[in-house]
Amino acid sequence: MSLTQIEFQAEGTGDAPAQAIQGRSPWMLAWRRLRQDKVAIASGALILVLALLAILAPVISSLVGHSPDTPYTNTGLNSQGLPVGPSGTFLFGTDGLGRDLFVRVLYGAQISLLVGFVSTLIGTAAGVVMGMTAGYFGGVIDTVLARFIDSVLAFPYVVLALALAVVFGPSLSVTIGVISFFSWAAIARVVRGQTLSIKEKEYVEAARSIGSGPWRIMFIDILPNLIAPVLVLATLAVPTAIVFEATLSYLGVGIQPPTSSWGNLLSQAQTFYQTSWWYLVFPAGFLLLTTLAFNLLGDGVRDAMDPRTERLFASQRKGRRSAAKRARPTPPATEVS
Amino acid sequence: MAFLTFLIRRLLLGIIVMWFVTVATFLLFFVAPQDPARLLAGKNPTPQTIAAINARLGLNQPLIVQYGHYVDRLVHGNLGTSFVNGSSVNTILKQDLPPTLSLLVGGVILWLIVGLGAGILSATRVRTLVDRTSTVGVLIGITFPTFVLGLLLQFAIFLPLNRSGFHWVQTGYEGPTTSIIGWAGHMILPWITIAAVSAATYTRLTRGSLLDTMGEDYIRTARSKGLTERRVLYRHAIRAALTPVVSQLGVDMGTLAGGAVVTEQVFGLGGIGQQSLTSITTGDTPVVLGIVLMAALFVVVANIVVDVLYSVLDPRVKLS
Amino acid sequence: MSLLEVRDLRVSFPTADGVVRAVRGVSFSVDAGRTIGIVGESGSGKTVLTQTLLGLTPGGEVSGSAVFDGTDLIGLPEEQLRRIRGAQIAVIFQDPLTSLHPLYRVGWQIAEMVRAHDKSVSKAAAAERAVELLARVGIPQPRQRARDYPHQFSGGMRQRAMIAMALSLEPKMIIADEPTTALDATVQAQILDLLLRLQQDSGTALIMITHDLGVVADIADDVMVMYAGRAAEMAAKRDIFYQPHHPYTKGLLESIPNSSAGAGRLRPITGQPPSLINVPPGCAFHPRCAYVMDKCLTDEPGLIPVAQDAYHRSACWLPVTAAGLSEQAEEARRRTVGEGRHEAAAKIAEAIAESPEAEGSVIA
Repeated sequence: MSLTQIEFQAEGTGDAPAQAIQGRSPWMLAWRRLRQDKVAIASGALILVLALLAILAPVISSLVGHSPDTPYTNTGLNSQGLPVGPSGTFLFGTDGLGRDLFVRVLYGAQISLLVGFVSTLIGTAAGVVMGMTAGYFGGVIDTVLARFIDSVLAFPYVVLALALAVVFGPSLSVTIGVISFFSWAAIARVVRGQTLSIKEKEYVEAARSIGSGPWRIMFIDILPNLIAPVLVLATLAVPTAIVFEATLSYLGVGIQPPTSSWGNLLSQAQTFYQTSWWYLVFPAGFLLLTTLAFNLLGDGVRDAMDPRTERLFASQRKGRRSAAKRARPTPPATEVS
Repeated sequence: MAFLTFLIRRLLLGIIVMWFVTVATFLLFFVAPQDPARLLAGKNPTPQTIAAINARLGLNQPLIVQYGHYVDRLVHGNLGTSFVNGSSVNTILKQDLPPTLSLLVGGVILWLIVGLGAGILSATRVRTLVDRTSTVGVLIGITFPTFVLGLLLQFAIFLPLNRSGFHWVQTGYEGPTTSIIGWAGHMILPWITIAAVSAATYTRLTRGSLLDTMGEDYIRTARSKGLTERRVLYRHAIRAALTPVVSQLGVDMGTLAGGAVVTEQVFGLGGIGQQSLTSITTGDTPVVLGIVLMAALFVVVANIVVDVLYSVLDPRVKLS
Repeated sequence: MSLLEVRDLRVSFPTADGVVRAVRGVSFSVDAGRTIGIVGESGSGKTVLTQTLLGLTPGGEVSGSAVFDGTDLIGLPEEQLRRIRGAQIAVIFQDPLTSLHPLYRVGWQIAEMVRAHDKSVSKAAAAERAVELLARVGIPQPRQRARDYPHQFSGGMRQRAMIAMALSLEPKMIIADEPTTALDATVQAQILDLLLRLQQDSGTALIMITHDLGVVADIADDVMVMYAGRAAEMAAKRDIFYQPHHPYTKGLLESIPNSSAGAGRLRPITGQPPSLINVPPGCAFHPRCAYVMDKCLTDEPGLIPVAQDAYHRSACWLPVTAAGLSEQAEEARRRTVGEGRHEAAAKIAEAIAESPEAEGSVIA
C-alpha cells in the first residue's frame, strides 16, 4: 500500500473493532446488576408472597373456617382458659381470647403492608418536594426549612408520635399520618443535599441562562437525578414505617384491638408468653421476616445503583501479586501478548 | 471571640426553640379533642365532678392566662404539679432520670465499642468472613424492632435463667447505689436491646465512612510517604472517617436522653420514657410538658456540642 | 547503569466488565539526575505505570520487572517497598488539595514524612526541617504557614508544599504525576521552574507525567509518548518535537493551540482512545491513524529504532523516513513547536530569574 494515503482515512477503517462497551443506560445496568443479586431477588419474592397472603387474608380466613375477631372459647381455649398451641385446627395456636392467631397474623400483614407503603409514598412525595424547594431556592427558605427538617429529625419522635396519636385518638389514618410526618424529614434532608450539589452543575446553569423558570428546572433537570437515591431511600423507608407502626401499636397508641396488627398482638403476648410461646413467636417472626426482606431488597437496590469497588483496601495489605489473585472475582481473561 | 458569639447565638436560638416547643405542646393538649378533666374524672363522670376538676387544675381559665402562669412558674424552676397524683413534676422527673441515664450511658458505651470495632474490622477486611459476618449482624440489628428484641431477650434469656434458679438477670430497675451487681443484672438486657439497633447503624456508618476515606487521595499520599499501613489506618484514615460518626453520636445521645420509651416499657424500668407514655395516655399535661421541655433541652445542648465538636475535628468547618 | 530500569511492565485489573489491561508491556530507563517526560491522554496508562512501581495500585495483576538501584520493585515484599517509598522514591500528585490530609496542619504532614523512616528524629527537629523545606520551595513566612491547614493555602502554594514534602528525605527519584494540571498557567510555569531548579540542585532523577507537551518541552530530557498502555514513541526531547515519527505523536503536536500564529484551525486527532478491555487487534492506534496500512490491523509493532541514534524508537510500521505528512500538517507542526508554548514558558522563566525580589515570592 502506498504511503501517499491521504489523511481522510482517519474516518475510521471499515471494520472498527467490536464495541467493548455498548451504550447502556445506567438504569439498564442497574437492573442487570439487580437481577443477578440472588438475595435481593429472593427478598422480592418473599415480599410478593406476603403481599399475596395479606390480600387473600379474607379468602384464607374462610378456607380455614375461622374469622379473625371471633373468640373460639370452646376450641380455642384450654380448661384453664389459656390459649391453645399450634395444631391442625389452629395453625398458629390461639390468642388470649381464643381467636385464631394464624388468621389474625395474616390480617396483621394487611395493616403492616398498607401502612408501610402508604406512609412511605406520602412521606417520599412530601420529602422530595420540600427537599428540592429548600435546596434549590436557598437563602431564607432553605434556612427555615433546613432547621425545620433538623428539628423534626432530632426530636424524640416516639414522644411526639405518642402525643399526636393520643391527641387525635389512635386509629389507622392517624398512624399513617404520624409515620408519614416523620419519614418525610429523612428524605427531605437527603434530597436537599443532593439538590444543593446538582444545582451547581453546569447543565442547571445552562437551563437558567436560557430562561427556564425555577419549577421547570426543578422538575426537568434536577428531579431525574434524584430518582436513584430517592428510590433507595424509599425502599428502605418501608420497613422503618412497618416497624414504627408495630411499635406504636405495641405501645397502645397505634392500631387498636380488635383489629389485629403485629404490634398489638405482641403487646398482648407480653402477658402470655410465659405459657404460650406461639403468641410471641409467630407475630414476631412475621414482623422480622418482613423487615428483613425489605432491608435486603433495599440494600440490593442500593448496590445495583452504586456498586463500590471495595477491593482497594483488602489487597493492599497483603502484597500485590498474591492479593491480586485473591481479589480476582473472575478467572483470568486474556493473557497478555 | 467568634466562639463566644457563636455560643451566645446558639443558646439564644435554643431558648427560642424550647419556648416554641412549650407553646406547641401546650396548644396541642389544650386544643385536643380529649378533655383532660374528663380523662381524670374516671368512669361516668358527673358534670359537677368535671367542673370541680377544672377549677382545681385551673383549666377553666383562658389559655393565655394558663400559659402565663406556666411560664411564670417555669422561670422559677418549678415545672408544676401532676394532674394525676398531685406530686411535683420536678420530683417525678428526678425519680425517673436515673433509670434513663443508666440505660443511656451503658447503651452508648456498648454500641460504640461494638459499632466502631465491627465497622473498622469490616472495612479493613472487606469481603472476608469477618466482614460478611458483621454485614449479617448489621442486617439483623437494623431489622429487629427494638421492642421485639426486648421481648425475645426476655423470653429467651430472662425466663429460662430465672426458671433454672439463676436470678441475676431481672426486669425492672435497681439503682447502682443499692447494688452495682444488681444494677448490672437489671440493666444488662435493656443495654443489649437499646444498643443493638445503634450498634448496627454505627457499624454500617463507620464501615462506609472508613471505606470512603480509604479511597481518598490523601491516603494514597500517606502510603507514598512510606508510612506503615497501621499508621495510615489509624492516624490518617480513621481520624478522617470518625467525624461523621461523632456528630451522629451527639445527635443520638441528645435524642435518647429524652427517654427510650420502648425499651423502658418492655423491661419496666420506670424511666422518663415510660413516664411519658403513662402521662400522655392519662392526660397528665404538666408532666408531659416537663418531659418535653427536658427532652428539647437535651437536643438543643447536644446539637450545640456536636457543632462545636465538628468544628474542632474538621478545621475546614467554621462555626457560623 | 540506569537508576531505574523498567522491562516489559504489564498491569491488568479484573473488573466486572472484563480485564482492563492498563499497561501492556512498557520498558524504559531513567538515569540519575535526568528527567523523563511521560506523555499521554487520560487512560494511556501513564499513572498506573508509575504508581505500580511503588505498589500503590491495589488489585492489579503485575508482571515484568522494574529494577531500581539494584532491587526489583515488582514483587518486592510490602515492608521493603514501604521503606523505599518516600525515602528513595517520592511522589508528587496531581491535585494537592485532595492529596494533602485536610485535617492536619501542613507542617505536621511534612514533619511526619521526615520521621516516617527514622523515629530517632525528634518532633521538634522534624518540625524545624519542615519549616526549612517550606522556605526552600519558596513559601513566604514558612514558620507561620507551617501551622496552617491545606485549605488555607492557595493552589500554587499547596503544590509547593507537596514538593517540599517529596524532597524532605532527599530521594533519589521523584515521580511527578501531572503536578501542574490543576493550576493556572502562570503558576504552572513557576512550579515547573521550581522543580527544575530543585532537581538540578540535588541531582534527583525525575519522572514527569503529563498530557501537556508544553510542560515536556520545558523540563524533560527524554520523552516517552504513551498510548493505550504502551509506548508509542521514545526519544530525546529534541527529536520528539522536531522529528516525530509516530502518527500519534504528530497528532499531539498538531493539536496544540498555536499562540503566535493564530491562523488555521486546530487539528485534533479524530476518534476516541480505545477501551482497555478490548484493545483493538494489531496496532492499538490504527482506528484513528491517518497512515494505516493492512499490516497495522493485524500485527502490533514493537518499538523500532527510527534514527541513527538507537534511542529514538517508534512503535509504528511506517518506514523511517516520515514521509506522507501533508504540507499543511508539516507547517502547523513546525510553527507550534518552534514558537508556541515553548516560548511563552521560557519568557516567564526568564522574567522570574531576572528580578531578585520575585525569587521565592508567590504569585498565585
